[in-house]
Amino acid sequence: MLVQTCCRTILLRDNREVLSQRGAPVYDAIVAGGGIVGAACALELVRAGMRVALVEPSVCGGGATAAGMGHLAVMDDSEAQFALTRYSQILWHDLASRLPADVEYFPCGALWVAADDQEMAEVERKHRFYRERDVPTRVLDKHALAEAEPNLREGLAGGLLLTDDAVVYPPCAARFLMTEAVAAGLTFIPGRAVTEVGENGVRLDDGTALSSSFTVVATGAMAAKLVPSVRIQPRKGHLAITDRYPGFLRHQLIELGYLKNAHSHDADSVSFNVQPRITGQILIGSSRQYGVDDPAVERPMVEKMLQRAVEYMPRLAGLSAIRCWTGFRAATPDNLPLIGLCPGYKNVYLAAGHEGLGISTSLATGRLLTDLILHRESAIAREPYLPERTFAHA
Amino acid sequence: MITLRLNGRALSFPDGITVAVALLQSGQLTFRTSVSGEPRSAVCGMGVCFECRVTIDGKPHSRSCQTLIREGMEIRA
Amino acid sequence: MIVVVGAGPAGIAAALRAQECGARVTVIDDNPSPGGQIWRGESTNTWVERFRNSGIPILAGTRVIAADAAAHTLLLETDENSREIRYEKLILATGSRELFLPFPGWTLPGVFGAGGLQALAKSGLPVSGKRVVIGGTGPLLLAVGAYLRQHGAEVKLIAEQANIQSLAGFAPELLRHPRKVWQGASLQWAIAGVPYRTGCWVESAEGRGRVERVTIRSGRDGFPTSSSWTEDCDYAAIGYGLVPNRELEWSLGENPPDVYIARTGEMEFSFVEGEIAGLTAAGYAERAVLLHPKREKAGAFAAALDTTFTLREELKHLPAPETFVCRCEDVTCERLRPFDSFRAAKLHTRCGMGPCQGRVCEPAASFLFGWPAASDEGRSPRPPVFPARIESLLPVTKG
Repeated sequence: MLVQTCCRTILLRDNREVLSQRGAPVYDAIVAGGGIVGAACALELVRAGMRVALVEPSVCGGGATAAGMGHLAVMDDSEAQFALTRYSQILWHDLASRLPADVEYFPCGALWVAADDQEMAEVERKHRFYRERDVPTRVLDKHALAEAEPNLREGLAGGLLLTDDAVVYPPCAARFLMTEAVAAGLTFIPGRAVTEVGENGVRLDDGTALSSSFTVVATGAMAAKLVPSVRIQPRKGHLAITDRYPGFLRHQLIELGYLKNAHSHDADSVSFNVQPRITGQILIGSSRQYGVDDPAVERPMVEKMLQRAVEYMPRLAGLSAIRCWTGFRAATPDNLPLIGLCPGYKNVYLAAGHEGLGISTSLATGRLLTDLILHRESAIAREPYLPERTFAHA
Repeated sequence: MITLRLNGRALSFPDGITVAVALLQSGQLTFRTSVSGEPRSAVCGMGVCFECRVTIDGKPHSRSCQTLIREGMEIRA
Repeated sequence: MIVVVGAGPAGIAAALRAQECGARVTVIDDNPSPGGQIWRGESTNTWVERFRNSGIPILAGTRVIAADAAAHTLLLETDENSREIRYEKLILATGSRELFLPFPGWTLPGVFGAGGLQALAKSGLPVSGKRVVIGGTGPLLLAVGAYLRQHGAEVKLIAEQANIQSLAGFAPELLRHPRKVWQGASLQWAIAGVPYRTGCWVESAEGRGRVERVTIRSGRDGFPTSSSWTEDCDYAAIGYGLVPNRELEWSLGENPPDVYIARTGEMEFSFVEGEIAGLTAAGYAERAVLLHPKREKAGAFAAALDTTFTLREELKHLPAPETFVCRCEDVTCERLRPFDSFRAAKLHTRCGMGPCQGRVCEPAASFLFGWPAASDEGRSPRPPVFPARIESLLPVTKG
C-alpha cells in the first residue's frame, strides 16, 4: 500500500515536470463541477472523443442539482429561453427509455394555473406561442382544470397543459450522466475542488496542477470564485417535500404569476409550484431570495411558500411534510445561462448560470458547449447564451 | 371500554392504550405495506421508526404507537 | 420560563430541580404520558409520582417540530393543533433511541426492538404465553427479559453479542456501584431459568408474513464462526444499544444561547445530567457543581458499559445484499455499499429520505459501512425536526 502511494506521488510529480517543460496537456478538457450541467458537458465531450476529467469536491449532483425540483420544462419567457428548453426537452425525451428507475422519469405534464380572467388571457397567449412552435398544449377551462386536479381550490379560471413536460429526480439524473461519461472514458476526480483556472489547465485544492487544452467552469452559483468577472449571483430557494400520497397530485402545477415573481430581481418572492413525484410524494415550492448566502432553512420563507401553496391547494394543509431544504440558483442578469468562451480567455469556457432551469437545460448545454469547443454546427442558435453578452456592458 | 372501528369492524378495548397496542391485541400484527410491498409492524414502540403508521380518522401516516385510542376512532391498517 | 423537552428520567429530574429553585417550568413530551422509555407506564414510580404531584404542567403527545434559537421559540404540534412556545431557558432531555442493525428478516412483523417490545408491553400489549427471543447487546436485554417474563412471556433465549470475557471484565465495575449489583441480583432472580448466552447473535429471522423462528449464530474469539441453531418464536426483540436523539439539538444550530443539554443514556447518568441541567438553567450553577462527582461516577459506569458491549465485527456482515437497510424507502444493502458517506447514499438511493428522517438507517448504515459521522456543524438546521402537517408550518399567531 505504502509502495503504491509513493509510486503514485512520484508519477504525479514526473507528470507535472513533463507538463511544465513541454506543455503537453494531460487532458483535452477539464470540467470543474459535478452537478448535472458539469456531468452533461463531460458526457458530450467524452463522446466527441476527447480525454476529459471532471473535478467535484463533494457528491455528484449534490449542490444546486440536488436542491432543485427536477422539472423538465419548456419555457416561453424569451425566444432564446424557449429554444434552449425545447431543444433540451427533446433530448430528454430521446433519453427517457434508457434512464434507470432511480432517475424517476415521470412524464406527468405541467399545468400553468390561471387564477382569473386576466391570467386566462395569458393562457391563450401562451397557447398560441407554443402552437406556432409545434409544442403540444391544451387549454383547460375551469371545469377541465378541476377535473384534471381535483385538489385545487374552487374558483380558478383554468389553465394551460403542457403535455411534453416531465420530471426527474435530479441527483440520480446527474449520476446517470456521470456514470455514462465514466463508461465512455471520463476521469472522475471526486473529493477535490478546482481552486484556479487558467489557459493551460486548473489547480486543485491540494495544490495539484492538471493541464488541459480547455477548461469548462460548471460550478453554478459559485462560478465567480473561479472567474471573478462573471456576473452570476446566488439566488436562494426553499423547497418542502411531503410523505407519500399517491393520486393527490397529477401534474406539475405552476401559478401563472410565477414568471413575474421568478424574474423580479430585488424582492424576495414565493410562488405556487408543486410537483408530483413518482413515489406519490409532493414537492412544494418555490421561493426566491437575493443577497442571502446562509443556506439555513428560514422559517418565514417556508411559511410564506407553504401559505401560497395552501391558497391554491387547501387540502395540502393536512399532509405531512418530511423535509425542507434550500439551494442556490445561479442567476444571470438576463435569466439566460452562460454557455461558451469566457471573455478574456482563450481556453476557458463557461457552462453556468442556469438559474432554475439547470436540470431542464443540462443536456442542451452539454451539446452546445461541445459544439463550440469543436467548432461543430449546432441544432439551435448559440449566440443568445454566449457569456460575452453579460460582460460587454459590465 | 372504548369502541372503535378497525378496518370497518367495531371492536372494544380498555381505555388508555395506544392504537398500536389495540391492533396487536386484536391479533393484527401487520400494520402497513412497505413501499416495495412487504408487510410491516411496529418496531421501536417509541415513535421514532415510523413503521407502525396507519390511517387514523382518514389521516394516513399516523404513528399508531404514539396515539391513544379514542371513542369512535376509525382505523385502517 | 424554563422549557424542558423530554419527560424521561433526565427531563423529570431537570424539571423537579428547576422547580425546587423557584423557576417556572413546562415540560414537553412526544409520548402520551410522562416517564420516558424507562419509566413508561409506571404510574407507581416514585419520580414519576413526584413529577405528577409537582404541578409542573406537561404538554404530552406533543412534538417539537421546529426551533428558533435567536427568537427563543419552539414550534409544537399535537395530533390536533400546533402552536409556538417561548422559553427563557431551554433544557433538552430528548433521550435515546435503540440502535437497530439490519439482518435478513429484520423487517418481518414480530421482530421488534428490545426496548421496543418492552415499550409496547408496558403500553398494554399482552405477552403472556408468547415465545420470545431477545437479542442484541447491553444490560437492557436483561431488563427486557425480566419484564417480559414477569408478564408471562416464555423468554426462550437472551442472545448477548458481547463475549463472556468482556462481561467478566465488567464485574469489577459493577462492584463499584453497589446499587447496580442489587439491580443485577434482582434481575437475575427475575430471569432465573432464562438461558442467557453471550457471544451469540440473531443472524436471521424467518417466517411467512411474520417471524416464526430465528437463527442464532455463536462466535468464538479468534476462531471462525462456530455454530448456529434455530429457535421458534412468536416475537423477536432485538436492540444493539442506544443512539442519542440529537435532532432537536442540531436544529438549534451551533452554540444556541440559553440552551442546556442533558445527555442521556444509562438511567442514573441521565438522571444526574437532568438534575445538573435543571439547577444550572434555574441559575444555581454552584449547586449543580456539587453533583459533578455523582455524574462522574455514573459516567464511568456508562463508559464501562460502552467498552463491555462494543459491537463485534461480524455484525457488519449480517445483512445479505438484498436486505433492506432503510425501512422507510426499502433501500437494500447492496445499493448502499458503493457510497462513502451517508449524504451521498441518501441523495442517490433515497436512504433516509422517508418519514423516520434517517433515525433508524443512518446509525445502522454508518456502523455497517464505517462511514464517518457527519459533524455537528455539517448538520444544517432543517425543520421539521419530526414530520409535521403542512398547516403546522404555516404562519402562526405569535404568543
